[in-house]
Amino acid sequence: MTPAAYFSRQAQTLVGSLGRLAAHPVASLMTMGVIAIALALPLCLDLLLQNATAVTANWNEAFELSVYLDKAASTARAEAISRDLQARGDVAAVRLVTAAQALAEFRASSGFGQALDALTDNPLPNTLIVTPSPAASSPEGTAVLKTAISALPNVASVQLDTEWVQRLVAILDLLRAIVQLTAGLLAAGVVLIIGNTIRLDILNRREEIEVMKLVGATDGFARRPFVWSGVWYGLGGGMIAVALVGILVEVLAGPANRLAGLYGSAFHLAGLDARAALATLLGAALLGWAGSWLAASHHIRAINPR
Amino acid sequence: MIRFEDVHKRYATGREALAGVSFEVERGELAFLTGPSGAGKSSILKLIALIERPSRGQVLVGSQNTTKVRTRAIPQFRRQIGVVFQDHKLLQDRPIADNVALPLIIAGVSRREIDKRMRAALDQVGLLGREKSRPMELSTGEQQRVGIARAIVAKPPLLIADEPTGNLDPLLALEIMRLFKRLNDVGVTVLIATHDVHLIDEFRSRRIVLGEGRIAASGPIRA
Repeated sequence: MTPAAYFSRQAQTLVGSLGRLAAHPVASLMTMGVIAIALALPLCLDLLLQNATAVTANWNEAFELSVYLDKAASTARAEAISRDLQARGDVAAVRLVTAAQALAEFRASSGFGQALDALTDNPLPNTLIVTPSPAASSPEGTAVLKTAISALPNVASVQLDTEWVQRLVAILDLLRAIVQLTAGLLAAGVVLIIGNTIRLDILNRREEIEVMKLVGATDGFARRPFVWSGVWYGLGGGMIAVALVGILVEVLAGPANRLAGLYGSAFHLAGLDARAALATLLGAALLGWAGSWLAASHHIRAINPR
Repeated sequence: MIRFEDVHKRYATGREALAGVSFEVERGELAFLTGPSGAGKSSILKLIALIERPSRGQVLVGSQNTTKVRTRAIPQFRRQIGVVFQDHKLLQDRPIADNVALPLIIAGVSRREIDKRMRAALDQVGLLGREKSRPMELSTGEQQRVGIARAIVAKPPLLIADEPTGNLDPLLALEIMRLFKRLNDVGVTVLIATHDVHLIDEFRSRRIVLGEGRIAASGPIRA
């Protein structure tokens, strides 16, 4: 057979199998609906994860270290330590908050002005706010930095309020693993659903397959329309899934953005971009192909003229 | 064209359908396979089309020994044999044109060639113009002629038919038999299994008479 004849026959089968699905619209749509739901679930979880990651990306300032010097350290000594720290590779910036500045700030923001006047001397220490370099802005990097700074003379304590960030990162990691596992399981489910649909389809058309084999059809020839049906089921399910996720994001975008607004965040709920949508369609078609190919090659081989 | 050499066929159920059958059908011959039902006529046709394999003995078709045809090669093997069934075995949801063209589509013939040969085959069975009809819209006799058109469309050198007139009234049956005779006249080897010995009276062809899985008689005159 020439390549042209091969492709023309493939195209013929492709359109023919689509027509067959269209002949039973309700049954076909129900199958595609099941596939769509199975695909939409991991897609939604993945979007949730992406959005959560986007939110936490704005929380880099949480990786600041507050370095409290002891009372013995003068302002001059504090400036010296500040310069030393500034010279480190893993430090992006150091801001010195002197005891006097801190007291003034506290007086202004706390409303305890008169009570503070009663104090004879400033109870606050000199403080350095250290911002790690971008490379060191990780739970591990800041931990190293914290140990190093703690060992310096005149440093009373270093506070690193990142434990909750670390927990959050760990939770997101766990969630990501769960999403991947779920996606894997549901993909296998889609393969089985399509495989089973194609199996029933084959059993319904058993006689037709027998006749084809009697007049010299190979298994491959008899299999072809069924494999294409599987691809159509997958593609249809993928399209419905993308539409479902789109509707879901549309519905949730309003409330989510309003909530973000209340926190003064510029966060916007992100949906599927064109690439992700395309990847979903391709993946769904591929799953359809795999499911139908498995079912068709097994069951068509088993059908023989009697 | 066909040679059976001491062929035995025992089915998985234990039934012995053929118990040492030997006969030969020459190239270009028209032969009838007769005998009561259950005598083994269908088994012989199934062995020729490789729907079944012999338990013992050899079946030669054309120049091929069917015992040496591997499962993978069966589709290619079947394309050189036209098969006609008692129940036509047409695809009910496809038009006549597709039914007749099926062997050519399977063989990968170009579409223009398919169209030409499909019409020629329909013309031979007198159904030209019915391409767009569905099998259900045709009479039983017409459906059988579609089945024959499908069997001859790929111009196979051998045509086998299993009770092709089983569902037809005598007049239609005779018409079908004459159609087979015409095909034989243009060089096709034809083997027809039928239990209706009166029907084939007018044909001076050889009869292979089966009885209980053996050849009971074989010759050019009525058994």
